[in-house]
Amino acid sequence: MKKVLKYVILDIVQNKTVLIYTLLLAIISFSVFSLESNSSKGLLSLLNIILIIVPLICIVFSTIYIYNSAEFIELLLSQPLKRKAIWLSIFGGLAVSLALAFLIGVGIPILIYQPNGTGFMMIAAGLFLTVVFVSIALLSASFTRDKAKGIGLSVFIWLYSSLIFDAVVLFLLFQFQDYPLERVMVILSFLNPIDLSRIQMLLQIDISALMGYTGAIFREFFGNNTGIAMSFLGLTGWIAIPLFISLRKFEKKDL
Amino acid sequence: MKKLFPILIFAIFFGLSTQAKTYFVGKGREITKIQKAIDLAKNGDTIMVDAGLYKEKNIIIQKSITLIGINHPVLDGENKYAIITIKANNAKVEGFKIQHTGRSEITELGAIMIYDSYKVSAVNNILDDNNFGIFVQNSKSCTIKNNSITAYGKNELQSGNGIHCWHSDSLIIVGNKIKGHRDGLYFEFVKNTLVWRNISTENVRYGIHFMFSNHNTYIGNIFEKNEAGVAVMYSANINMYNNYFLDNWGDATYGILLKDIRDSNISGNNFTKNTIGLYMEACSRINLYKNIFKNNGWAVKIQASCEDNDFTKNNFIGNTFDIGTNGSLVLNTFTGNYWDKYEGYDLNKDNVGDVPYHPVSMYAMIIDSNPAALMLFRSLIVTLLDKTEKLLPGVTPENLKDNKPVMRPLPL
Amino acid sequence: MIEAKNITKTFGKLKALDNISLSFDKGQCIALLGPNGCGKTTLIKTILGMVVPNSGEILFDGKPIAKEWLYRNQIGYMPQIGRYPENMTIANIFDMMKDIRKESAKQLDEDLIESFNLNSMMNKKMHTLSGGTRQKVSAALAFLFNPDVLILDEPTAGLDPLSSEKLKEKIIIEKEKGKLVLITSHVLSELDELITQVFYMQDGKILFYKNLSELKNETGEEKLTKAISKIMMAY
Repeated sequence: MKKVLKYVILDIVQNKTVLIYTLLLAIISFSVFSLESNSSKGLLSLLNIILIIVPLICIVFSTIYIYNSAEFIELLLSQPLKRKAIWLSIFGGLAVSLALAFLIGVGIPILIYQPNGTGFMMIAAGLFLTVVFVSIALLSASFTRDKAKGIGLSVFIWLYSSLIFDAVVLFLLFQFQDYPLERVMVILSFLNPIDLSRIQMLLQIDISALMGYTGAIFREFFGNNTGIAMSFLGLTGWIAIPLFISLRKFEKKDL
Repeated sequence: MKKLFPILIFAIFFGLSTQAKTYFVGKGREITKIQKAIDLAKNGDTIMVDAGLYKEKNIIIQKSITLIGINHPVLDGENKYAIITIKANNAKVEGFKIQHTGRSEITELGAIMIYDSYKVSAVNNILDDNNFGIFVQNSKSCTIKNNSITAYGKNELQSGNGIHCWHSDSLIIVGNKIKGHRDGLYFEFVKNTLVWRNISTENVRYGIHFMFSNHNTYIGNIFEKNEAGVAVMYSANINMYNNYFLDNWGDATYGILLKDIRDSNISGNNFTKNTIGLYMEACSRINLYKNIFKNNGWAVKIQASCEDNDFTKNNFIGNTFDIGTNGSLVLNTFTGNYWDKYEGYDLNKDNVGDVPYHPVSMYAMIIDSNPAALMLFRSLIVTLLDKTEKLLPGVTPENLKDNKPVMRPLPL
Repeated sequence: MIEAKNITKTFGKLKALDNISLSFDKGQCIALLGPNGCGKTTLIKTILGMVVPNSGEILFDGKPIAKEWLYRNQIGYMPQIGRYPENMTIANIFDMMKDIRKESAKQLDEDLIESFNLNSMMNKKMHTLSGGTRQKVSAALAFLFNPDVLILDEPTAGLDPLSSEKLKEKIIIEKEKGKLVLITSHVLSELDELITQVFYMQDGKILFYKNLSELKNETGEEKLTKAISKIMMAY
């Protein structure tokens, strides 16, 4: 697997889209930190980048890359390689390169301006989201042979997890207003990797508002180390499960 | 000699007229017990106590004497007794370390108990691990100054208040440091009192708690990291200037909670990092000006039961929510404040924004009725809702607005 | 060397391979022929394990290939369309393949790299190359590891006549070394000097599988093109 991974990474890090993505992130991050008078406000602006732009770019780029690599994948399949090794190499290549782009574009500015717990949490959340959406891209690409459909599916998944899911949650909240919903909310947050990351990051930034109001459950769950560990375990699940399903599909796929 | 002469005359005159005596108490002295010296003394006498450990159960002062500790002699209540009880005008207790009062569910036991007296002073004492610290009842014009009052309260029931005043008038409470009691300062039916430069931190309940206490002034106090912040109720004509309400956060924690407060001034105060900086319920005619609200969860929560309160020239910076409210009825005014979330413009460059600022966001309203919605905090859907609401107000109270928001932070 | 037993593969309603049995041996050079969509490519992909048949099995050197991958060490495959990750250089591609197959390669066969003069553009990125050059890379890769079996899908499509000729010469050399060569091509005239057998498919079935000499005798034609068209008339 290492053999292929190395070259896939080599290919993707030289990709123009990835280079532009890195540069864009770096420009936004540096300007956010240097324009905002107080750097925690800068972190808040970065929060939106991490929650919206990073997943979108990661999922769309990865999907397109997989479709564009169809012939390359065929060529690899004709070589003495296990299918699993090929698929994991592609996943690894995308994950490593995009994570690297994020580290350079967002990680470095954060380390310069906010080298503290909050900053590290944002970097961790961003890295996890990167890998999660690469994994989901693999899944959606394994569902259909049609490139346009695959990209459409990916964009929809992104839209779903960044907007539609939350809208549904909000709707449910109003429908069941009379019931205690905090515990349900904790569970619901695990169904969306973006929500999960956002809550973890917010606990580092806007902690006062979060803790004060919803009462003990939110704080007890998310506020302590077990909760943080659980959240990242949840995110790991969001990486592992789509990857596993896509791997199973790829192993049986006719190319 | 010429210079000394008037002083000498004065000294003789003074000495003759009062005939004050000074008693010394200590190990190896004639008098070894403080209570014995008090019994011997007459009004106006002074008792000096050497350093050392004194376990005299409850010391009772019923004369106008001055009791001074040299190098903080330790008065120990052996976890059973109240330690000093004063029932005399013009008595003074200074320079002691007073520790380990008893705890009782029937009577209040404190380190310094002042009953029915006039012009009593408690100065420069160190109070450690007591149930109540300084307890004042039915007294007038007492001075409580520069005491350091520490307890280690775990819960509200087993802990007394740091400075507890009941039915008193014209007290002066200055420069005390109170920590770890139930309420740092507690006033009930106290009036015309000055509370100045005290520091009340990490108390089990409130940093300061007063009820039915009118015409009091609070200046330059610091209330920090109290479990429930500060709560003041049912009072009128309160002046609060230049106080600090800091780091009070938790499930139901306020920088300050005002309930049924009327005709008061709140100015120059600093509310930083509180879950709710200022909470107002059934308040009326309060002028709030030149305060700083910074990095709070909610800067201000103002219930619809409030009326005629006026917010002028305050700075709102870095708060998650600027204003929260529970209804659409708005009978309060906001004028000339600085809001860091203001996105308007100032075409004529007079530092006043040309469009009004609506400090209540739709999401703040949602949270108020549905706290679990906090899960969606800072999500895209919430941002979109807020922006839509700004363009087409439907849910947020339309007339809760600042018509003259300033463009730059006010120099406070 | 390669044996197929009752292979069937369907894509939805389409029967791409319909109960096909065959046996290819060393030293043979087989032309896989047939109209578009007859199942040629599917057959190749089945042999390579890219397509898993619904039923039947394929044996490589007597062993079933299902869930195996190491047998591909002995296969050199040249795909119809060679598209590579765009930012890799030719050198990257060769290095990667060498990394993948280094255990199995007895000795590297770099004849085609030389005759196509690929060495001079080793550092060019794939997306800057013409289709023909990419074909050359594909061809060179297929032969590089000196495999026992060569599977060439439309090898000369897109190659200039000179390179095409070089490739044919190479195929002949390898065939004479006793290797098994499978070729699909639309340009029948090219195949005359190369092949020993003709494997003709239609609608997922084998129409015929004959020696070239046999075919020519039966039809009385000297040219493959004519022989095929004559035999097709008969069916």
